[in-house]
Amino acid sequence: MNNHRRFGRWVRVLAAGVMGATLGTTVLSTSSGAASTPGVTSSSVTIGATVPLTGPAAPGYDEIAPAMNAIFAWANAQGGVNGRKIKYTYLDDGYNPANTATLTRQLVLQDNVFADVGSLGTPTQAAVQSFLNSQKVPQLFIESGCNCWSSSKYPESSGWQPPYTVEGKILGAYIKAHFAGEKVGYLTQDDEFGQDFIKGLNMEIPSTSVVSRQTYDASTLAGPLSNQVAALKAAGAQVVAMATIPAATALAMLPAASIGYAPQYVISNVGADAPTVGPLLSSFTSKGGGTAAQAAAASGLLNGVITDSYFAPENDVSNPWVQVEKKILKKYAPSLYAKSGLDGNTQYGIALGYTFIQALQAAGKNPTRAGLLAAIAKSGKSFVTPGYVPLSYTSSVHYGYQGAEVVKLSTTAPPAVTPSGSWIGGTAVGPIETTNVGSGPIVTYKGKVSTPPQKLASTS
Amino acid sequence: MPDRRPGGFEMTQVAHTQVSSGGPTPSNDRPDGAWSRRIRLPQQPMIRHLTLALCAAAILYFVTSALSPYNDFLVGEIALYLIALAGLSLLTGVNGQISLGQGAFMAVGAYTMALLMNHTQLNFVIELVTAVGSAAVLGLVIGIPATRLKGPYLAGMTLLLALALPPIADKWSGTFGGDQGLTTTVPTAPGTINPEQWLAWIEIAGALLTLVLLANLLRSRFGRSFRAVRDDEIAASLAGVHIARTKVTAFVISAGCAGLAGAFLGLSTSVVNTGEFPLTLSIQLLAAMVVGGTGTLMGMWWGAILLVYLPQWSTSLSGHFNLGNGVSAYLAIIIFGTVLIVVMIVAPTGIQGGLRWIWGRASRRWPRVVTREAAPPSTLEPLSSRHFDDSDG
Repeated sequence: MNNHRRFGRWVRVLAAGVMGATLGTTVLSTSSGAASTPGVTSSSVTIGATVPLTGPAAPGYDEIAPAMNAIFAWANAQGGVNGRKIKYTYLDDGYNPANTATLTRQLVLQDNVFADVGSLGTPTQAAVQSFLNSQKVPQLFIESGCNCWSSSKYPESSGWQPPYTVEGKILGAYIKAHFAGEKVGYLTQDDEFGQDFIKGLNMEIPSTSVVSRQTYDASTLAGPLSNQVAALKAAGAQVVAMATIPAATALAMLPAASIGYAPQYVISNVGADAPTVGPLLSSFTSKGGGTAAQAAAASGLLNGVITDSYFAPENDVSNPWVQVEKKILKKYAPSLYAKSGLDGNTQYGIALGYTFIQALQAAGKNPTRAGLLAAIAKSGKSFVTPGYVPLSYTSSVHYGYQGAEVVKLSTTAPPAVTPSGSWIGGTAVGPIETTNVGSGPIVTYKGKVSTPPQKLASTS
Repeated sequence: MPDRRPGGFEMTQVAHTQVSSGGPTPSNDRPDGAWSRRIRLPQQPMIRHLTLALCAAAILYFVTSALSPYNDFLVGEIALYLIALAGLSLLTGVNGQISLGQGAFMAVGAYTMALLMNHTQLNFVIELVTAVGSAAVLGLVIGIPATRLKGPYLAGMTLLLALALPPIADKWSGTFGGDQGLTTTVPTAPGTINPEQWLAWIEIAGALLTLVLLANLLRSRFGRSFRAVRDDEIAASLAGVHIARTKVTAFVISAGCAGLAGAFLGLSTSVVNTGEFPLTLSIQLLAAMVVGGTGTLMGMWWGAILLVYLPQWSTSLSGHFNLGNGVSAYLAIIIFGTVLIVVMIVAPTGIQGGLRWIWGRASRRWPRVVTREAAPPSTLEPLSSRHFDDSDG
């Protein structure tokens, strides 16, 4: 009897052990992997990314990776890159770096991806930068404008969109030239996004003309930024330069309008995407008790806003890139197209994905991780992308675009058409300019603006 | 039958205790007392817990050696969440104080360690100890006013902590590294051990050490005071227990555990930034603790395993059934919520409580089948009676 019970205990211990073991082995890596490059077979290249598909950062940003997949589907339909189909695995990290750390290890150690391409966020990607570099896995085209991706310490990492400081410099120079002598106020997100942007503004705008510096915290952003707006008004700011996310843009403009404050807004690219901010202005107005007519009129606040743009905005329907992007999204991601149409985020995904396709092409018939980086450093500048300016990759510069054009949103421009209706459009008010994150001058871009290559343009 | 000693404190235990302290193993004391005395585990708690911890260490050594680096990383994650959960279980389950601020204490530990790593050349262990210490100090600061609050008010106050701390690091980004955060480095692994396995061993060592210390603590005078205060503050104070001091002690210990867990989280992500410590972390910890078995230490294994492996399982599940991104992204949280509800209905004392109940039933029934007189049916609830024996210390 006692033996019986003792036996029971051992069975239990054994069962626990077996459970523990199966726990591990069921998820053990099954892919033996070819002796050659991880993620590369004769017929495919597997790449991965971590992006927010849920949580507060997801709205809008969750469109980017599916849009990238659309351009990869296009490339695969053409027979792939050097005969290899691109397989894109993107996982949801909910914008939490702890999740990013786990999921990126899953991609690299278990799924054996060739490279991490198009992962989103500064805190999230900072959390895996040293891991990816120690594993010699390319961390390509990080979706963040942080100044931190181009560093000799992390040769595997590179950014893609213009650093926020570059945007700040170009918009700051515009303010200095066109609103000379006017009082300037800042309203920025209280983190690196805002601080890098201010760094750029300060290089151009004399500190004596800055009368008020207001910030907000993104993680607690819940209601109107009434205090900040009131402070800006009290300081007499005639121009308000903002580094804000779309929701914050709307939450600043609405209380300003309600106290009769109408400064000239100058907003960084992220916070002035009309198809995103317009609906937010309307929905916040109706949530705040506004009538349907007031809600409809609210999006008109965007009229006259100055921002910058580094590829042709979606309302520029005569632009050949915009036409191609629309066709590709419609054909290869029909559900995404029906949901959000071509907007800043889907354009971004297509352009970034197309950049990677060319990088892979340039890496040659037998791509390796080191070869991929070498190819980007060598020929990244000649990649054909929707960007106004060429990419600036070299072996030491790991930023993508370092230039933009100043744009004014106006009802006189052809409006962007999205599934939910049409939105205010933007027209260029200045030349395309380039600069760098340091003290380099702002130069008017004299080179050619690219057009889509034939094989892309001929997509039906 | 264990002896039933007189005294208000023990009486309340009988009346209220649903969950008991739990060591890192089921106790060797059973109401029927038939078989367990024959398993010759040392009676002295310290030695017993150390023996069990060494066994667990040996098993985990072989498990981590057999697993792939990726799964080693996950085992390490389980160990670090286990530490935070054990502290929370002590605070909430044993001492009756609810906290939604465990993530904030983790952040304090993580930032302390990262700051030390960036500005000093201290020994790694000293850095960890300081991380625990700084979180414990904040626990002291928060714990003192917390003694005046109960239930939802205490939850609200600790919730505020979880919301208010991270923006501080954003505000002084020069010191705390802002969005990018501060980098951390795991000490170089000896020999050819891969970094994931090495990190897992460090985290496992920390977890087992924490469990041994907590298990001993719970069987000491402190453990009895914690429970006494939870069950009835007036009775406890009549019995000579200093209520405020006991509550603050529990808060400090719990915060210290969170500090260690946070330091380990900072190591496994190789940077420390505010994004790692959202409010959802604190809430998930609380939910995982409830699922595992509030007030137990062993149950926290289940909670930690769920926290780490559930997202993995749900990903492969949604891949298997080809669910769209709209569904699969939320699948883990749906399953977690369902598990929480089911566990609360089926086993209100959590997975560990449920397992104990099953085991208690089984070990009472079997002897009756074989020979009735060997083990008369116990009239005592086995869980609470175990508790009596624990208080022998």
